[in-house]
Amino acid sequence: MSARVVASGRRWRAVSVRPGRIAIYVTLVIFALFYLMPVYVLLVTGLKSFTEVTLDRMWALPEGFSLDSFRDAWLGNAQTAIPGIARNFWNTILLTVPATIISAILGSVNGYVLSKWKFRGADVLFPVILFGMFIPYQAVLIPLVQTMQVLGLYGSIPGLVFVHVVYGIPITTLIFRNYYATVPGELVEAARIDGAGILGVYRQIILPLSWPGFVVVVIWQFTSIWNEFLFAIVLTSNPQVQPIMVALNNLAGSYSVQWNIQMAGALMAALPTLLVYILLGRFFLRGLLAGSLKG
Amino acid sequence: MRQEADSAVLPVAATRPRASRRLLTSDQAIAIALVAPSIVAIAVFVYGFIGRTAYISLVRWNDIAPDYTFVGLTNYIRLMDVERFQIDLKNTLVFTVTFIILCLAVGLLLAMLLDQRIRFEAVFRTIFIFPLAISFIVTGVAWRWLETPSSGINLLFDAVGLDFLMNGWFTDPNIGILGVVLAAFWQMSGYVMALYLAGLRGISEDVREAARVDGATEWQSFWHVIFPLLHPITLTAVIILGHISLKIFDLTVSMTGPGPGFATDVPSLFMYQTTFFGSRFSQGAAIAMVLLLLVSILIVPYLIYNARNEVQR
Repeated sequence: MSARVVASGRRWRAVSVRPGRIAIYVTLVIFALFYLMPVYVLLVTGLKSFTEVTLDRMWALPEGFSLDSFRDAWLGNAQTAIPGIARNFWNTILLTVPATIISAILGSVNGYVLSKWKFRGADVLFPVILFGMFIPYQAVLIPLVQTMQVLGLYGSIPGLVFVHVVYGIPITTLIFRNYYATVPGELVEAARIDGAGILGVYRQIILPLSWPGFVVVVIWQFTSIWNEFLFAIVLTSNPQVQPIMVALNNLAGSYSVQWNIQMAGALMAALPTLLVYILLGRFFLRGLLAGSLKG
Repeated sequence: MRQEADSAVLPVAATRPRASRRLLTSDQAIAIALVAPSIVAIAVFVYGFIGRTAYISLVRWNDIAPDYTFVGLTNYIRLMDVERFQIDLKNTLVFTVTFIILCLAVGLLLAMLLDQRIRFEAVFRTIFIFPLAISFIVTGVAWRWLETPSSGINLLFDAVGLDFLMNGWFTDPNIGILGVVLAAFWQMSGYVMALYLAGLRGISEDVREAARVDGATEWQSFWHVIFPLLHPITLTAVIILGHISLKIFDLTVSMTGPGPGFATDVPSLFMYQTTFFGSRFSQGAAIAMVLLLLVSILIVPYLIYNARNEVQR
């Protein structure tokens, strides 16, 4: 009986909701255009030459195909005193790669212990750690700068790596803890009965199952560290050391720099994380949802 | 294989409990040692530094040279009188409320539409979510141009006859902060869409069917059956969006700065400029503590609620 209800329900929908379906698609397309609008502007403007960029022709397609803006934004231009962002791009790679790897390892170990080897107080400890990912970092900045100066890490890439690893602990621990919670306790028990200790269980059981967790965490950390701005601007003052987002902000913030170069720079700065998203979108989404605690 | 393991340990079963308890304790020690570095790091860099910032907010260090003379709540009292800070708090409130409402409404709408067996669903989803992969700095650079009064969106409005919608965006002292909200909404609404879509996909067809059999219209069944089931997701979205909007910094910096008459200023930016440009460290620390308080009011009950739920499970 219920099957027939389903069938008639479907048919009813298919016949009479047609105009509704069109409205749905129209709405979706309008929103899609809204989300794509900035990308269009970045691309079109970046491809224009200096003389072609004017406020009133912002939406017009470029007349020719010129990569000059990208070249100037990347390498800089001595004549127009534009600093290139190539060096900062490289700085960010040197920052992001080690910070991502270290925090993924830390997160995996923490998540393993806090999900499979709960010691007394572990359940209280977890939200206490999590709080660290929600705080406004302004509340730690002053002592952080002082500490980094004392440690001799202020203004250096290793210093930024350190900071991102430390403040990445809550989110990476969270993602791995939620992920390992899905590994059946019987697997761990069986290995323990076989005589494996805490490290043995990790090596034999947990680590081989961990790769999806690692992919999610690596994408998450890569994206957030690549895009990060506050620590970067507060902890590095030398333009030679500054990460890409600080350089982009400087490039875009100076009034002497033309729109086409700003947009080209912005596009190049956004490209790595965009590529990760396009290639590994499924895992990106999973990290996104994991970041909202429930997993 | 499992059986084999069991039979292998059977002969020593009598001695096992003690042995395994000893094993447990040494493993417990290793467990604590493994997480110790992280715990110490969080204890120092989160809680220790917050304590230190709280302390700095109570002294008279408002110049380059540190001055640790205790002045009580003077920095806070003075802060409340600063017009810029009053504007900041108002801006934060307006930003947070409009940002959350916009994201929730559009996120839910898009999720519901995508849940209607849509062709090219993956394409739409990808387009709605990709801004999340982008830095707020990039977003700010792009939107600053899109919201330039003599260009950008205003040109589009003009072209399609909606010129009454043309406005000064973030350059307008009255509505400036809403210009920033629009950019933030562009970036974050896909996140809400993804949350709701995951939630909708988690609701079984039986539940929807039951509502339909009861004679409920699509709208009734959504409002009385589906939407209540999504409440936990709405709560999560409010918490995540709320803590982002209270702390918003990168976007304001790259898009507008403090704006005309502090129209787009926010506490995090005020703190940054006070501390690192004005060298008024105690004042900056006080702003940071107020900001932390605002975020904590939102986050702490949620963390406790979550932890309790988990223990019950």
